[in-house]
Amino acid sequence: MILSVRDLQVSFPVGRLMNRSAILGVAGVSFDIAAGETFALVGESGSGKTTLARAVNLLQPISAGEITFDGKRIDGLKGAATKPLRREMAMMFQDPVGSLSPRVQVRDIVTEPFRVHGVEADLRAEADRLLSLVGLSGDFANRFPHQLSGGQARRVGVARAIALNPKLIIADEPTAGLDVSVQGEVLNLLNDLRERLGLAMLIITHNLHVVHHVADRMAVMYLGRFVETGETEAIFQAPAHPYTAALLSANPEPDPDKAKDRISLPAEVPSLLARPTGCEFHTRCPWAQSRCGTEAPAAQGTDRRIACHFPLSPGARPPAVQETAS
Amino acid sequence: MAEPLGALGIILVLLVVGGAVFADLIASADPNKIAPRDRFLSPSIDHLMGTDQLGRDLFSRVLHGGRIALSVALFATAASLAVGIVLGLIAGYGPRWLDNLMILVFDALKSFPTVMLALALVTLFGPSLTAVVVVVVLVNVPGYARIIRTQTLALKSAEFVTAAQSMGAGAGRILRVHVLPNVIGPLLILASMDIPVVIAIEAGMSFLGLGVRPPTPSWGAILNDGFTAIRDTPWIAVAGGLPIILTTLGFTFLGETLRDVFDPRLKGRG
Amino acid sequence: MTVLSIHNLNVTFSTEGGDLHALKDVSFEVPERRIVGIVGESGCGKSTLINAILGLLADNGRVSGGEMMFQGRDLSRLSPREMTALRGPQIATVFQDPMGALNPVISVGRQMTNIQYRSGLSNAEKAERAVAMLRRVRIPDPEAALARFPHQFSGGMKQRIAIAMALMMEPALLIADEPTTALDATLEVATIELLQELQAQIGCSVLFISHHLGVIAELCEDVVVMYAGEVVERGTTRQVFNSPRHPYTERLLDCDPARQSSRTRQLPTIPGEIPDLRARPPGCIFAPRCHRRAPVCDTPPPDEAVQDGHKARCHMVTP
Repeated sequence: MILSVRDLQVSFPVGRLMNRSAILGVAGVSFDIAAGETFALVGESGSGKTTLARAVNLLQPISAGEITFDGKRIDGLKGAATKPLRREMAMMFQDPVGSLSPRVQVRDIVTEPFRVHGVEADLRAEADRLLSLVGLSGDFANRFPHQLSGGQARRVGVARAIALNPKLIIADEPTAGLDVSVQGEVLNLLNDLRERLGLAMLIITHNLHVVHHVADRMAVMYLGRFVETGETEAIFQAPAHPYTAALLSANPEPDPDKAKDRISLPAEVPSLLARPTGCEFHTRCPWAQSRCGTEAPAAQGTDRRIACHFPLSPGARPPAVQETAS
Repeated sequence: MAEPLGALGIILVLLVVGGAVFADLIASADPNKIAPRDRFLSPSIDHLMGTDQLGRDLFSRVLHGGRIALSVALFATAASLAVGIVLGLIAGYGPRWLDNLMILVFDALKSFPTVMLALALVTLFGPSLTAVVVVVVLVNVPGYARIIRTQTLALKSAEFVTAAQSMGAGAGRILRVHVLPNVIGPLLILASMDIPVVIAIEAGMSFLGLGVRPPTPSWGAILNDGFTAIRDTPWIAVAGGLPIILTTLGFTFLGETLRDVFDPRLKGRG
Repeated sequence: MTVLSIHNLNVTFSTEGGDLHALKDVSFEVPERRIVGIVGESGCGKSTLINAILGLLADNGRVSGGEMMFQGRDLSRLSPREMTALRGPQIATVFQDPMGALNPVISVGRQMTNIQYRSGLSNAEKAERAVAMLRRVRIPDPEAALARFPHQFSGGMKQRIAIAMALMMEPALLIADEPTTALDATLEVATIELLQELQAQIGCSVLFISHHLGVIAELCEDVVVMYAGEVVERGTTRQVFNSPRHPYTERLLDCDPARQSSRTRQLPTIPGEIPDLRARPPGCIFAPRCHRRAPVCDTPPPDEAVQDGHKARCHMVTP
């Protein structure tokens, strides 16, 4: 395993002075990523997926749990002690242009890791090599970030991430802000590099279609917990957790004739300040029963883990009561 | 609209800078040569601006005074920039408590009247150019540091800064490579607009006898010489006052034009 | 009856590098009680089009040809004053960021009664209508919601309040500019369903702008495909999505990962980039990236009619 995360928790302080408390942004998650594997974290805003990614990259202090990277415990490392690790684990951030330093030329952006880590190299040649790896011509070396389109900026970000041959790349919403015709380019590039360089990848996204085409395994997050984990293909074939099923059905497809057998989720996402009792999804779950409101389900299974008292059978439809909504 | 004023500014600044740099070539007379027989001569071909109470050639003194004024202004501004930038970056990027402490110090400094500050420093150091520079630095730094601090604070959580952290870059490198180039522009414009203020501070302190010591030529000192005899020999006061006015105007016009060109958003603000 | 009929609309911006022809011969119609979708990628001119309709083009932009008929009047000929009177009561808008429509320091109730200032109703009646509208957009406990401020609502609720405010005056046309883009998938579909429902109740027309093909397919009856400031294809959603005739539409639909039902490692893309609109090619705007390019494509393509109401601006269309 290149990365092992066990019972990871991240909490944020809220309130001030007298009524100070903490909310759990990530409420105890465990997963492994094998060398060369792509693992996707899927969830809606506020599910804690970005916080989790930042915690793994040690940009966010954790409050409990263990992170093991390449056989070494890395949680709790601080300052200079994290530096060797940062060569091995690269992170790509959401905003394609905004994650590039605005006054620095592309040539220097992609070779920045060499300078940061004091790696001796012919930086001009390295810049050309990296740019050609991501399919950009050498002319781009002299450009500044604001002179790039979203897709080009994303390629530069990828080039920078692979500069020092990391073992793991964490990509936070790699297709965010990109046009449909460009999304495919970036995903193809990531797939291609992964095969050529043997990278492991942790992809964070809310876009299920993206997950389907790039990830070997995936985890669905809700309120900071994994509700379902498993092989991507298996989950797409037959989602077992009601939330996964709702997410999959909520993905509008560009086909006007397609029957819309949608699972509508009532109400709004509960606040992290007032987590529901029992199963935290029961307030929105069309299948919820009385037991769900009182007893929290433990994740069951090994390869495929589902945190639900009543996992769905393939093709399950919500009980008729909910159909009045649409 | 600012463009003709900008052109005027450039001409004035070039005149002053040229006069200061080539002072020895333009004015052949020794600015400090006392000639008791030539006291209080009115302007003529030999003495373009007349002579003062010690018979010194005022034109030569004005040009050499420009050297003092400009070098003090440039040196003091550069020093203010250096100190302001470093402190601003530390306050903006460092821990919260340090930021709060530094802001407190900046505010305390800022609330101190310039004249009182100058008097206090002169009591400590005695009247000198050093005193002038220190006063200017103390007056400028809080404002400069605050500008840098605010922008640094805003960039601290920018994605490209987080990206640099994630890459393993240290605070020094992040501030130098990723933050400073993005925050320095507005400050440079502001500092260029402060140059006339610095010239005025130098002249003012020298006028009060707190700055440059005689016989070194300084516009403020010349103005003071002329001020005592303004009824009988007004050209001395003119020789001291005119360059101050023209230089201040020149740099102000130039600074405002630069600001409008580089940062149109600030247009029309003081 | 058509509510909005745009005919050969051209918009030009003067820039330092010369005139930028942002919209070229844009024509389409928004019929009464219909939802028309506009789909296109960045740089396709969607925002320019909306701003032109609303009379809010930037200072360096101007309508350089064509007309925009709204209820019998050409919007491009109205004075700023007449446009102001039209925006809101007649043409309402919802944007991606609901906070653009909501004033953060005024309570939701005040804002909702304020927009009825021309209605001549009493304050009690206005408040009643506001509550009814909030109920229709499914804001829980609408009476209490009136006293609350925008920041006290979640993102999905804020967007629903913005929709409620836009539809409050029962406009003839609602322009919705990427209103669901910032929302999560589950909220996105809920918002689409809500829009559909309200449109049917109020009987207004909707011009729905989105880059999300799935959302367009789901919500809209007609669709207009834009590329580089031109309408390259338009027709009913079924016509365009089921049998696209313009190569760009075809490629765009292929690119949507949702169309790849089986898992693939090589997703389709459209190589190349949008041309510089300051120097439009003399022929077809898509030709440089087109997989079906022929010599004839160096001449301007006609708006070829494929079927009733289905048109594509392409030489290669054979009816």
